[in-house]
Amino acid sequence: MARAVTTQRKTINTAIAWAIGLLIFFPILWTVLTSFKTEAQAISDPPVFLFFDWTLENYSIVQERSNYMRYLWNSVIIAGVSTIIGIIIAVPAAWSMAFVPSRRSKDILLWMLSTKMLPAVGVLYPIYLLFIKMGLLDSLVGLTIVVMLINLPIIVWMLYTYFKEIPVDILEAARMDGATLREEILYVLTPMAIPGIASTLLLNVILAWNEAFWTLNLTAAKAAPLTAFIASYSSPEGLFYAKLSAASTMAIAPILILGWFSQKQLVRGLTFGAVK
Amino acid sequence: MNTLTRALLGVSALALTMTGATAETITIATVNNGDMIRMQGYTDDFTAKTGHEVEWVTLEENVLRQRVTTDISTKGGQFDIMTIGMYETPIWGSNGWLVPLNGLSEEYDVDDILPAMRGGLSHEGTLFAAPFYGESSMVMYRTDLMEKAGMEMPDAPTWDFIREAAAAMTDRDNEINGICLRGKAGWGEGGAFITVTANSFGARWFDEDWNAQFDQPEWKNALEFFAGMMSESGPPGYATNGFNENLSLFQQGKCGMWIDATVAASFVTNPDDSTVADKVGFALAPDTGLGKRANWLWAWALAIPAGTQKEAAAKQFIEWATSKDYIELVAAKEGWANVPPGARTSLYENPEYQAVPFAQKTLDSINAADPTNPTVKPVPYVGIQFVAIPEFAGIATEVSQEFSAVYAGQQTVDEALAKAQALTTEAMEAAGY
Repeated sequence: MARAVTTQRKTINTAIAWAIGLLIFFPILWTVLTSFKTEAQAISDPPVFLFFDWTLENYSIVQERSNYMRYLWNSVIIAGVSTIIGIIIAVPAAWSMAFVPSRRSKDILLWMLSTKMLPAVGVLYPIYLLFIKMGLLDSLVGLTIVVMLINLPIIVWMLYTYFKEIPVDILEAARMDGATLREEILYVLTPMAIPGIASTLLLNVILAWNEAFWTLNLTAAKAAPLTAFIASYSSPEGLFYAKLSAASTMAIAPILILGWFSQKQLVRGLTFGAVK
Repeated sequence: MNTLTRALLGVSALALTMTGATAETITIATVNNGDMIRMQGYTDDFTAKTGHEVEWVTLEENVLRQRVTTDISTKGGQFDIMTIGMYETPIWGSNGWLVPLNGLSEEYDVDDILPAMRGGLSHEGTLFAAPFYGESSMVMYRTDLMEKAGMEMPDAPTWDFIREAAAAMTDRDNEINGICLRGKAGWGEGGAFITVTANSFGARWFDEDWNAQFDQPEWKNALEFFAGMMSESGPPGYATNGFNENLSLFQQGKCGMWIDATVAASFVTNPDDSTVADKVGFALAPDTGLGKRANWLWAWALAIPAGTQKEAAAKQFIEWATSKDYIELVAAKEGWANVPPGARTSLYENPEYQAVPFAQKTLDSINAADPTNPTVKPVPYVGIQFVAIPEFAGIATEVSQEFSAVYAGQQTVDEALAKAQALTTEAMEAAGY
């Protein structure tokens, strides 16, 4: 039986939720606000919040200095293609481990996750040398493959968790009706797991978009995505916080908009199976 | 195939070959510093003169360092020119990773490069990188606060004077800190500052046999002096302050003195950003009378990685970017205060540049730095705020973390020095010294 919630308790919960939400969102808000300040206002103490002379100068300097569209395009390709390829590989992998597990399935899942625990820098040189040999340095193909591979364990794990929530009887019924393996995955399993797949897809787009280690280390001038764009505005010897904020705002804006419009799907997917 | 077609194909092939030989696209990795960004804006001038195009890869200093180190050590060939510092140049030069900058044109006038810069960017007499801009460190102080304190800054102060002046200028009620210095962990941040401070107190990183020297009294004196002065007159939380944090404090009028890079002089005297632009004076970095001042020497320089396919074009770019003509180009468009400083002797002989308020002190500071003889006692290494060996960056980062813990009040000077001695000894033994 559901517990009765008083109006007062609801109000308190709502206030706490809003406070936590604002606290989490505040760094982004502050970055956006700083992007409209002059460099002097950006470092002023006490800090100015809303009442300052708003300027678009930083955006125009960033636009003038950098080819934003090229960085954006590279980010879209790397995040989008790596996620799609990852999903194509991960769906059958997660299916097999969820519905026809072997004795070693759990171990394989744990091993896959353990690869995420290795510090990336530990394999930088081997991967860099491989990329030199294969001519993949500073290429979208190379970067897409690497980003897809580093996110693959997370995709498999997430899909595996969602698939485990789907009753195996439904798949067995489909098989009894003569569905082939391909049809079973494509027409029975996938439609039921759409919320899970969608949230996996969205989360991985976000992870790939934000991936900074490999995208900075394996690119130069051609394949550099928005993470490199931001890094080009950071400086330990010079106060360029307003310009850095403008560059950061431009880099996070697309993914923020995507997240905003897909938040319903994202929340639905993340809470999929949470309440039984 | 008729004769005309053959002739046309031949001419096309020749044209393509010639285009390939004369017009290249070079890729340059650089840092996001004001002078470097300004240089990017003038790339069209280089292209107009040579026909070569330039692709820039601008990165934050530490990211750039990691990026170019990975590329050059694996012969990745991603860059035709790399922006590197005085720490990397002699090490990479000795490894054969850089193209020697021999055969530079007569108009370039390589002898015009400041001797200290040329020495620091060479290995066994061969120049491996051309300085784009150079810096030392000096005292920047508030003339109004100094006057209010009833003191007068000498041209070459001692540490005792600095401490006394800092205490006199400190006004906690009005949030004015007598002195702002780097305490942030990192070999290029607080690590660099405490190393030059220690040099002036007679300390050194290693003796002639590469034994760590943190167990010697000079290090204890330096560290106790620094931590004591900062707790008396420094800003709260200085253990996490680096260049940018102190620049911000100084520009907002919250520091009486700031000892840091000479390039900061143009920032603190720029009225667009600094609230104290017209109240700043300059002096040499302090000493303790032992013969070494607490100033460093650094240059951001352009070098060509060995193995690049575009060596000739890269050399042309370096000649253009570090030339006297480039300095004049910037001066004509943006004024003499904005030209890249600290690289060429002729700049400091120019009467127009001599009128810039910080020009002479910058030159004096650079000339007072000797990377081949950095300490009071003899040492087996080159470098003032660093030791030019590959192991140094890792060791110094850890040592500076121990020192920052002292500044934050998390451990004593003795504890930090004991840890520094142990970790440095262990790392040097592991490296085979």
